[in-house]
Amino acid sequence: MTARLAPMFEACGAQQRAALIGYLPAGYPTVDDSRSLLYAMLDGGCDLVEVGVPYSDPVLDGPTIQAAADAALRGGVRLRDVLSVVESIAGAGGRAVVMTYWNPVHHYGVDAFARDLAAAGGLGVITPDLIPDEAQDWLAAARAHDLDRIFLVAPSSTDQRLAMTASVTRGFLYASSVMGVTGARDVVSGTASELVGRAREHAPGLPVGVGLGVRNGAQAAEVAAFADAVIVGSAFVTAAADGGPPAVRALAADLATGVRRPAPQPA
Amino acid sequence: MVCIQPVAPTTAQPDARGYFGHYGGRFVPEALIAALDELTTAYTDARSDPKFTARLNGLLADYAGRPSPITEAPSLSEHAGGARIVLKREDLNHTGSHKINNVLGQALLTERMGKPRVIAETGAGQHGVATATACALLGLQCVVYMGEVDTQRQALNVARMRLLGAEVVPVTTGSRTLKDAINEALRDWVTNVDTTHYVLGTVAGPHPFPVMVRDFHRVIGLEAREQMLARYGRLPDAVTACIGGGSNAIGIFHPFLDDPAVRLVGFEAAGDGVDTGRHAAALSAGAPGMLHGALSYLLQDSDGQTVEAHSISAGLDYPGVGPEHSWLKDTGRAEYRPITDAQAMDAFQLLSRTEGIIPAIESAHAVAGALQLGAELGAGALLLVNLSGRGDKDVDTAVKWFDLLEGQP
Ligand SMILES: Cc1ncc(COP(=O)(O)O)c(C=O)c1O
Repeated sequence: MTARLAPMFEACGAQQRAALIGYLPAGYPTVDDSRSLLYAMLDGGCDLVEVGVPYSDPVLDGPTIQAAADAALRGGVRLRDVLSVVESIAGAGGRAVVMTYWNPVHHYGVDAFARDLAAAGGLGVITPDLIPDEAQDWLAAARAHDLDRIFLVAPSSTDQRLAMTASVTRGFLYASSVMGVTGARDVVSGTASELVGRAREHAPGLPVGVGLGVRNGAQAAEVAAFADAVIVGSAFVTAAADGGPPAVRALAADLATGVRRPAPQPA
Repeated sequence: MVCIQPVAPTTAQPDARGYFGHYGGRFVPEALIAALDELTTAYTDARSDPKFTARLNGLLADYAGRPSPITEAPSLSEHAGGARIVLKREDLNHTGSHKINNVLGQALLTERMGKPRVIAETGAGQHGVATATACALLGLQCVVYMGEVDTQRQALNVARMRLLGAEVVPVTTGSRTLKDAINEALRDWVTNVDTTHYVLGTVAGPHPFPVMVRDFHRVIGLEAREQMLARYGRLPDAVTACIGGGSNAIGIFHPFLDDPAVRLVGFEAAGDGVDTGRHAAALSAGAPGMLHGALSYLLQDSDGQTVEAHSISAGLDYPGVGPEHSWLKDTGRAEYRPITDAQAMDAFQLLSRTEGIIPAIESAHAVAGALQLGAELGAGALLLVNLSGRGDKDVDTAVKWFDLLEGQP
C-alpha cells in the first residue's frame, strides 16, 4: 500500500519545494492550549505536525523539549489526550503523525495503539528509541492499521543499517542532522547533506526529512536544498513558551518561506 | 589459590540480540547502534585475547586486591536463627565496593577501542569513584553524571571523584537521582560517541552491557564458590545480594546457577514499604517495560511513564533492574524480596556493632535479607552474603537516621 504521507510529498514535489514539518508535545502547556498551538502551526504553513507524547525519560531530547514534556506531565496529560489532539487536528483537515518514545506504546499495547491512532485520523508514528530490529510487533500493527512507520537514521548509521532501516520505513526516513539531542542550533551541520545523500543511494524514491537544530527560515532554506522535508521542534517549543499561538504562527510562516526558496549555500 | 577467570565463557548466555528470555534488547536511538556494535566486537575479541585477560587479572589482583576474602560472622549469626552467615568481602576491594571489577574491564576496553574520554553515571558514588580511579590509572578523561540529590547524600564520594581528577556534573532533571544521571549520560554519549565510551555501572542498559558487566563481575561468585568449598566442604544453602541494577547480585549468583540446591535470593529496596508506593522494588512490584535501553521489570504508571523510585540507599534508588534478573525471576531460578529502609538501617547498625564491619547501606539490604532467610532456614543453614561495599560514604545518612529515631548522635 502507498504511504499515507505520499500525497503530501507529491503536492510539495509539484511545487518543487520541501515539506515543512513541525513538532510540539501534546499537553503543553495544557491539552487545549496544545491544540491551539498545533492549529497555529498548520495555519502558518506547516504541511504536517508531529504530535509529541510527553515522556518521563526522553533521552534524545535536549533541555527545551525536556522542560515542555515535564510541564505537560505535571499538568496530567495522558496518552488518550494525545489521541484526542490528533483527532482534533485530523477533524480540522490537518495532517498529524505521533512522535513517541516506545514504552508508553508498549504499555498501552502496540496493536491497540495503532488501532486507536488510525481511528483518530493519525497517519503514522515516529519512533526515536525504537530501531527496526526491535519493531516486529509495531511493523505488524502498522501494516494492519495502514499507518506510516517513520524510523530515524543518524550520521553514525552504517550503509548496511541505512539500507535495512529504509527498507521497512514508510512515509519518510527521518535523518538526524547531527550526532546529539534535540535543540535549536546556530549552524546546520554538513553531515546532514552527506547523510541524506547516502540515504538516497540506498532508498531511491523514499522521502528523507532532516531534523535536529533548525530554527529559522534561512536554515530551513539551507536544509530544503537537499532534503524532502524540514523538521522543526525545539524552536517551536520556544516560540510557544515565549509568544503562544501568534509566535508559533509567525515562526511557521518564516520557515514556510524558507522551504520555498532553497538556498544552496549557507545564508 | 583461587583462580580468577573474569572473562571465562559462561553457560547462560543471552541470544545474539541480547535477550535473556523475553528481556533485554536495544531500545535506544539508532545513533548509538554503531557504538554498541563496536563495543560488542571489542568485548568479544578481548574475551578471547589472552593478553587482555592477563592484564585485567593482573589489575584485579595487584591493584584492586583480589581475591576478596570471605569472613564468617558468628555474632551476627546469633540474630539469624542460628544459621551461619558468611560475608563475601567486596567492601575490601580498592575504592570500597564491587564496582571496580567492571570498571577495570571497561576501562581496558576503552583503551582498546582507542577512545580518550569516559563518561559514567553514579548513584551512591561508588561506581563514579571506581571509574574516576581507573581513568586516573589509565590516563583517560572522565566525566561523571550524578543526580543532585545524590551529590548531597553522598558528598564524600563527590569529593573523592574530584580528587581523582574527574569532572562531576550534578543532574537537576526529573527525580535528580540515578535514573536521571543515566539519562544525562546517554545524552552525552549520543553527542560524543566518536571519542567517548560510556562505562555503565550495572547490568542494565542496551546489549551488550548486561552480559558484559555481568561477566566482569562473575569473579565474585567464582571466587566465593571455591572459597566456600575449600573452607566448609560444601556449597551454601543460599546466596544473597542487594539489587539496584543488579550487578553485584548477578556477579555472585551466576556461578551458582547450575547448582540447583543453592537458593539465590536478591533483596530490593522497599523504601517506606512496597504498599506505600515509595520504594524501588521493580521486581517485586513492577511490570515489564523499557527504560535505558532494555526491556525488563520497571516501576511505571498506567501510561507507561517511569515512576520515581524511593530508597534511603542512593545505589538502589532506581526504578528499573537488569534484564537477566527479570528472566531469573520469571523462570523461578532466583527469588526477589523487598527490604525497607528501616530494616536495612537496623542491619547496618547490627553488622557494625556485632562484627566491626560498617557496610554500605546498599549491602545492608542483603544483610537484612540474610537475617530473615536465616530465621526461615534455621540452625545449620549456611548463607553466603555479598557484602558489596563499605559504609564510609553513608556515615552522614546514618547519623541523621539514628538521631531521628533514638536521639543519639
Ligand atoms: C556498595 C554498592 N552495592 C550495590 C550497589 C547497587 O548496584 P548493583 O545492583 O548494580 O550491584 C551499589 C551502587 O551504587 C553500591 O555502591
